[in-house]
Amino acid sequence: MHFALATLMSGGGGAVNDGPIAAALKNFSNWLTEPTRYSVASILAVAGILYFRKFFSKISVITIFFVLSTAFFVFAFQDPNFNAIITKPDNVPIVILFATVIFFTWLALRRAVINDERTKRGEPTLEGELSKQKVFTWPDLVYSELICLVLFTAAMLVWSILITAPIEEPAATARTPNPSKAPWYFLGLQELLVYFDPWLAGVVLPSFIVVGLCAIPYLDTNPKGNGYYTFEERPFAISFFWVGFLLFWVSFVILGTFLRGPNWSFFGPFEYWDLHKLEPMVNVDLSTYFWVGLLDKPRPDNALLREAPGIVLLVGYFLVLPPLLGKTVMKKMVTDLGMIRFNVFMHLFLWFALIPVKMGLRWTVNLKYFIGMPEYFFNV
Amino acid sequence: MTKLFKYVRESQIWKSVFRHGYPDTPRNRTLAVLSNVFLHLHPVKVRRSGIRLSYTWCMGGLTFFLFLILTLTGLLLMFYYRPTADKAYEDIFALREHVPIGVMREMHRWGAHLMVISVWLHMYRVFLTGSYKPPREFNWNVGVILLVLTLLLSFTGYLLPWDQLAVWAITVGTNMARATPFLGHEGPGAALVSFGGIDFIHAGDDVRFGLLAGRFVGEGALLRFYVLHCVGFPLIAATLMAVHFWRVRKDGGISGPL
Ligand code: HEM
Repeated sequence: MHFALATLMSGGGGAVNDGPIAAALKNFSNWLTEPTRYSVASILAVAGILYFRKFFSKISVITIFFVLSTAFFVFAFQDPNFNAIITKPDNVPIVILFATVIFFTWLALRRAVINDERTKRGEPTLEGELSKQKVFTWPDLVYSELICLVLFTAAMLVWSILITAPIEEPAATARTPNPSKAPWYFLGLQELLVYFDPWLAGVVLPSFIVVGLCAIPYLDTNPKGNGYYTFEERPFAISFFWVGFLLFWVSFVILGTFLRGPNWSFFGPFEYWDLHKLEPMVNVDLSTYFWVGLLDKPRPDNALLREAPGIVLLVGYFLVLPPLLGKTVMKKMVTDLGMIRFNVFMHLFLWFALIPVKMGLRWTVNLKYFIGMPEYFFNV
Repeated sequence: MTKLFKYVRESQIWKSVFRHGYPDTPRNRTLAVLSNVFLHLHPVKVRRSGIRLSYTWCMGGLTFFLFLILTLTGLLLMFYYRPTADKAYEDIFALREHVPIGVMREMHRWGAHLMVISVWLHMYRVFLTGSYKPPREFNWNVGVILLVLTLLLSFTGYLLPWDQLAVWAITVGTNMARATPFLGHEGPGAALVSFGGIDFIHAGDDVRFGLLAGRFVGEGALLRFYVLHCVGFPLIAATLMAVHFWRVRKDGGISGPL
């Protein structure tokens, strides 16, 4: 069934002869989605949207956005490469993820902007206005629950009838498919494997995500913004969560699903998934930079000595930086939070910050590892 | 017609089930919620702001509803599925041919995808409205565990069709466990876990082996994942959901400005 649907949308499928504008648009999309540009562009987008939030929270802006992206999708469906990846039945949820996350982000932002303006004028927030009134659970709540339930079931049924759940070839442990991808919700972590070894990307960092989420209510001591949307009363918390959730989680899932092909190489949305596309691996360890590049010597044999620069750097990063910042620029934060909260927060934060730091260093100076001790499986 | 309704409502059977009149008076509306074990997870009255879709996005409710759909369709799927290496694929494949109006597998698969999305969005909403702040810190933590459980439920279920996609996705996922510090045979510090010159951590006894009941994703892993997926995780999740909803109520209902 989904094949029928796909061909329908692709207008018959097969190669399409592009006009000059279409070709330019496709080339531009392929160019823009290259991981470095993709990441930098999305950071700029998040910063820009938060800064110009008044503009971006307009109803017309989100309408235009969805109209344009629908138009883009319709256009892109004509392309066999784009079509092949987007219409895979298991990728439909990722398109839903994309649309819902953007819509709800906009909705939350809009309500935050309205509430912030009301607060400035001394009026109650949108929620505050209504929260004084209480209504009966039966019927008000029970009925809206029931309506949601019925509509939702209907939608699920239609989806299930239209698109058959796929099944591939039977399991064969000898034949590794290329690409081999983890389930889609873990693709953010799989993307981190480009920059970190499995013990970090697959074990330590996910554990810190869970620990960090659990710690949020105890670290955020700001009493404001409880029970209503706002930005100005908790700018740091909101920006931080946006970066973490939108950039490093959702957008990496989308990147991993649509733009990573065989050998986890990058492919633009209109690019053919060529098995033989090779990306040159020219990454260099920090120890090589230090001993060979800086001191012009061969690297020492002793692993500890060899990796000393990286070890010093990371010990400084995790152990010296927090007290240093606490004594200087973050003095106020220490007094606000207390020593324990401040240190827990700093450590979680520094682990998180290690991700963009390493990504940046990879893109600019091809850094492979700060500390590279494959003898002990200890690579950072 | 009215007579019939009246007769039914005044029969002993009806009255034995519903201990209140039709819920159109404040008293009966209160009783409707209080005398029903499911409804009484709700408070009797709620803040008007809390039930607005534009506030909660209904994502917590949707997650719970998806959990119910998944339990139901999953139960039906269990009738047709044998978790062994030579039958699993066959059984899933046969569903398409042999089961009339077979949308159970579809409902289960698309529902599972959606549940992951809705639980993320629910967490996002709770964060953006600051609803984790006192007194709801504990319930946020219950939520984080539910989030992990949702992902684990989905992950264990991913293996069960026993096709190439399933086996290799789980292989990629569980390969990470090899590198667990100290406990995985390719993890940093594993060599330190030794006693009297004997290493304890090998490919044959590290955490990955424990997860998969073998050195690779095979029959042992299938059975383990099946049991966790169909019994273990749903039981824990259902229990924690009850705690979660109870706490929503006890922490003063859906959050709102004070
Ligand atoms: C299986 C997963 C989950 C289910 C079924 C669930 C269900 C619900 C429901 C039905 C509500 C009522 C309000 C609403 O719909 O928004 C709620 C509230 C809440 N949930 Fe969840 N939830 C789940 C996971 C989570 C997660 C992952 C978090 C956070 C990390 C979380 C934190 C909370 C908190 C703090 C509240 C109270 C919010 C308020 O009072 O405004 N829950 N949950």
